[in-house]
Amino acid sequence: MDGLAGMPELSEVDVVRHFTRLSTWNYGVDTGMYPLGSCTMKYNPKINEVVARIAGFAHQHPLAPAEASQGSLLVLKLFEEALCEITGMTACSLQPAAGAQGELTGMMMIRARLEERGNPRRRVLIPDSAHGTNPASAALCGYEVVTVGSNERGLVDLDGLRRAAREDAAALMLTNPNTLGLFEEQIEEIVRIVHDAGGFVYMDGANMNALVGIARPGDMGIDVMHINVHKTLSTPHGGGGPGAGPVLVSAELEPFLPVPRIVRVADDRLEASVDAPRSVGRVRAFFGNFGVIVRGLAYVAANGPEGLREIAETAVLNANYLAERLGETYDIPYRGAFMHEVVFSDKWQRACGVTNADIAKRLIDYGFHPPTMSFPLIVPGALMVEPTESNGREELDIFVDAMKSIDREARENPSILTGAPHLTRIGRLDEVAAARRPVLRWKPET
Amino acid sequence: MAQNPEDCHYTKEHEWIRVEDGTGVIGITDHAQSSLGDVVYVELPGLGDTFEPGEIFGNIESVKAVSELFMPAGGEVVEINEDLTDSPELVNTDPYNDGWLIKIRLSDEREMEALLSVTDYEEYLKEEKEK
Repeated sequence: MDGLAGMPELSEVDVVRHFTRLSTWNYGVDTGMYPLGSCTMKYNPKINEVVARIAGFAHQHPLAPAEASQGSLLVLKLFEEALCEITGMTACSLQPAAGAQGELTGMMMIRARLEERGNPRRRVLIPDSAHGTNPASAALCGYEVVTVGSNERGLVDLDGLRRAAREDAAALMLTNPNTLGLFEEQIEEIVRIVHDAGGFVYMDGANMNALVGIARPGDMGIDVMHINVHKTLSTPHGGGGPGAGPVLVSAELEPFLPVPRIVRVADDRLEASVDAPRSVGRVRAFFGNFGVIVRGLAYVAANGPEGLREIAETAVLNANYLAERLGETYDIPYRGAFMHEVVFSDKWQRACGVTNADIAKRLIDYGFHPPTMSFPLIVPGALMVEPTESNGREELDIFVDAMKSIDREARENPSILTGAPHLTRIGRLDEVAAARRPVLRWKPET
Repeated sequence: MAQNPEDCHYTKEHEWIRVEDGTGVIGITDHAQSSLGDVVYVELPGLGDTFEPGEIFGNIESVKAVSELFMPAGGEVVEINEDLTDSPELVNTDPYNDGWLIKIRLSDEREMEALLSVTDYEEYLKEEKEK
C-alpha cells in the first residue's frame, strides 16, 4: 500500500471538464442549422423542458389510480384532442413510441378491420418515394409490398396506382407531402381509387410540418395516419430523448385503437378504459412516452392555432427560398411548388469527380450539419434539404453562400471536397470498412 | 467499367442470368453495382427455395441503401455464392464472374425469351439516362 488509495481519482472539476469537452465535439440544433431532410430538425423550445420537469408530471407513477392522476390524464386527453383538430381525424392513441411503431399500429388496425369484413387481403401499395419504414411496417403485418411508381413530376402515377389497386390490395401507404417535398395534389383522386377498390389509405405524417393549420388529412379522406411528435411538435430526436408516434384514425377504425383509451366519465373525470373488444390490444406499456407528450402539448399550447399555421408557412417559405437561391447552382430533378423541403442532386458536380457525400462532408467544415443523402431513392446523388421554420434569413443566406462556395471548390480544387471534413476532431471515416468489417467491443458469448 | 457480356440475359431491374447446362447463374449488372456504390452485405435465399420469375429472392445492401433482388427466371436455388459473406465487394469488382449471387435449376429455359439481350439492355440504360 502506498497510502494513496483513499485519494479521490477524479475531482468534480475533472468530471465537469471531461463532459464539457465532450459536449464541444457534438453538433446539435442548439449549435447551428441542421438541414437533415425528412427529419424536421427544428429548434426544441426550452419551455418544453421546464413544463416536463413540473414535479406533478415528472414524478407521476404510471400505476397510480385514476383519481390520483387526473392532471396527467388531462394532458393525454388534451393532446389527443389537439392532434385530432390538427389532422381532422376522429380519434387518437398516444401509445406508439415512434413513427414506425405508429405505422405498424395503423397497419394492424387496417388488417383487423379487413379480417372482420372477411378477408385481410394480401398486398400493400407503397410509392417508390416512400420512407423505408413503410414497407417494413407492411411486411411485419404479413403483407406483400407492391411498389407504385412516380410520374415525371415526382408525384404518384395514377395509372400505375389504378393497375395496382386490385381486390387484393389492403391499403396504400402514402407520405404527403412526399419525400421530394411535393404535395400530392391529386390526393382526392388517389383516395377515391383506393377506396373504390375496398382498401384503406394510410398517411405517413412524417412531413406534417408543412400542413399544420393549413390542410387536414382527415378532410382528404385519409383513414389512418401517424404524426411524429419529435418532428412536427418539437420534441428531441434520437439520443436527445425518446420519440412519440401517435396514431390517428377515422370513425370506421376507431374501435380498433390500442387500449387503454382515455375516456371522459361522470363529472368530467377521466379514466383509462380497456373496455374495447375490437381493439388491437396494447402496443406499448402504460400510455406511451408520457414525458414527450407533455413537451408536445406545451408546444401546441404555446403556439396556438395561428402560431402553428405560421410555423408551417415559414417552413414552406424557407424551403422555397433555398430552392430559388440554389436552383441554378445545384440540379433540382423534380421542380415544383416545394413544401417543407427541397431535393437537390450532385448531377452538375459529378463531372468534377465529386459526389453528394463529398458535398455533405465539406458542409461540416462550413459549420453545418449535412443534409440527408442518397434519399429518396428515385433521385441519384440526392441532397435533401429541410431548413424548417427555425432558421432566419441570415442563417439561410450563410448556408446558401456555403453551398455556392462548395460548388466553386468542386470546379477549382475537388480534392478539398473528396478529403473533407478537414476542421473536425476526426477526419473522413471509412464508412465502407466500418460496414464490412466492424470492430465490435461486444464479443459473442462462447 | 465492366463490359456487359453477350452470353447473359438481362432484366429492367438490372439483374443478369447466364444459362449453363440447364442451370441459371444470376447476378446484378455493372450498372447496378455502380449505382449502388460499395456493397457491404448480400442476403441470399436458402438452398432448395423456389421462386417464380419477378419474385424477390434477396436483398443487397450498400453504404447508400438496401435494394431488393428480383428473379430473372423461375427455378430452385441449387447453389449460393458463399464467398460474398466475407467479400461482398466481389459484386463491385467482378459483377459478371466472381460476384455472382445464386445458381438455380431453371423451371423453364424458354423464360429467357422474355428477357433483354445485351443490346436491348444497353439501349434501355441509354433511354433511362436520357429521361
